[in-house]
Amino acid sequence: MALFVSRRFLHGLVVLWVVATLTFVLLRLAPGGPFDRERRLPPEVLANIEAKYHLDEPLTRQYLRYVTAALRGDLGPSYKYLDRGVNEIIRETLPVSAHLGILAICFALLVSLPLGTLAAYFRESWIDRCCLLGAAMGISLPHFILGAVLIWAFALQLGWFQAGRWDTLGSAILPTMTLGAAPAAYLTALIRSTLLETLGADFIRTARAKGLRETVVVLKHGLTHALVPVLTVMGPLTAALLTGSFVVEYVFAIPGMGRFFITAVTDRDYPLIMGVTLVYTALLVGANFLVDLLYGYVDPRIRTG
Amino acid sequence: MDRSANQNPSKRPADLLLLGSVFFIAVMVVTGFAAPWISPYAPGGLQQERILEPPTWSHWMGTDGLGRDLLTRVLYGARVSITVGLGTALMALGIGTAYGLISGFKGGALDNYMMRVVDIFYSLPDMLMFILLSLLFGRNIVGLLVALGLVTWVRFARIARGQVLQAKEFAYIEGARAMGASRRRILARHILPNIVGPIIVTLTFSIPAAILAESTLSFIGLGINDPYSSWGTSWGTLAQDGWRAMRTYPHVIFFPAAAIFFTILAFNTVGNWLRDFLDPRGK
Repeated sequence: MALFVSRRFLHGLVVLWVVATLTFVLLRLAPGGPFDRERRLPPEVLANIEAKYHLDEPLTRQYLRYVTAALRGDLGPSYKYLDRGVNEIIRETLPVSAHLGILAICFALLVSLPLGTLAAYFRESWIDRCCLLGAAMGISLPHFILGAVLIWAFALQLGWFQAGRWDTLGSAILPTMTLGAAPAAYLTALIRSTLLETLGADFIRTARAKGLRETVVVLKHGLTHALVPVLTVMGPLTAALLTGSFVVEYVFAIPGMGRFFITAVTDRDYPLIMGVTLVYTALLVGANFLVDLLYGYVDPRIRTG
Repeated sequence: MDRSANQNPSKRPADLLLLGSVFFIAVMVVTGFAAPWISPYAPGGLQQERILEPPTWSHWMGTDGLGRDLLTRVLYGARVSITVGLGTALMALGIGTAYGLISGFKGGALDNYMMRVVDIFYSLPDMLMFILLSLLFGRNIVGLLVALGLVTWVRFARIARGQVLQAKEFAYIEGARAMGASRRRILARHILPNIVGPIIVTLTFSIPAAILAESTLSFIGLGINDPYSSWGTSWGTLAQDGWRAMRTYPHVIFFPAAAIFFTILAFNTVGNWLRDFLDPRGK
């Protein structure tokens, strides 16, 4: 188990390093720089700015400087927000994004667990058909379209919510639904199909033969068994949430990390782009690491094999 | 348990959805690429006296903020989306399958290293990498297509490799080898046809994924940035135009959004069907 854990951990570190390097190289190769303006800055001013941010140094030196600073946990200054460093921006925005992400996961589980179970239990019934159709649609619905529809219906037409705020729990409802819909759809379909398989297994027949109540058979014996595949998709699901969060933050004007990333890309704010990318990757790698651990715990074949 | 319920998949109401999807994709492809001959309007034809009109008989989807016919713009957008979707999928297919075939067929240490690279690519936040790559390759159709292809090829690599490893174990491969067939011949004649099924399924699912990624990026303003392109404007950009005027003129966002949604849904439906059709065990 120790070998398994350390190997996964090492993999995570390598991924982080690859991302840092790739981002650095891609940004420097891409045309356009952070201080390209409509009106060109006077060369002396530009030279001063570049000297301040060490942009006049050779690229290898800049790279080493960035990596060593990042290892110490310092992500550098932002070129755009002069009063705050990248660390501070992330400290302010990460909790907002995390809050939204956690709400969305809870929403997805709350929707998919009952629906997936019902669909599997009453398979081929109208409940099942509706769930399948809903899942197919939910998977195909882009975040920005669902967000626009929800804002149009519930904020503009019905006036139940105000779009573009992030203060009360009420203001989180529409963004949570937007971000959580696709995972909910995906999980519903997954829980349905794994539970269908499980309900046909021998140990379920045994449980029924013992005379256990139907709810115990399905929920305790069936569902707990069917949840293992759900665990495995938590990694990709986290990735989907992270990507989705940008768009949702953009659509609902939520002051999270994703929105800063979008403006940072247009501004070519190198340190901010790299910082946010690294934090996203770290979250993703962390989630995958946790899933691996849990999975190794649940299924011993993984850690020994 | 009772297998009868699952037995005859061809007689299900889902078939209607499948037929509708195939039909929808066909219509999109044909009208998209034939848009210049179908539409009486030019995609950039400004009509200042007809700004933001709701749908009418002369403008089925209404007009946008500059008085351009929205249906025409959506049709030209279809061409952009289909090109990006198909182009990305084919590019990823080319790179990924070749990579996976080599890795799986050679095996050993090389396979080990090659798959470690794939593992790392798999763990990258793909949307961020896509955005950064698109900065490098340019924010036009080809640039986005290349950037997306470079992000998504790993899926094909994994599947191709897995299939090769499976196929290598089959007795008839061993038979071919025993008869003195060259490696190249075994690969081309015996392994490749065997792995086509799963690859086609992955290909079908890559198209809507690419369309989704491109339109999302265009919507948030980081996608195709080519406002004067006569070849077509991304649906994402059209939706973004409509988004700003959504309160008073919802039709401007409605039609591009519907086009995106139904296209993705249609491709996903076809993909699901193909997967079940080619691999009945998965049902």
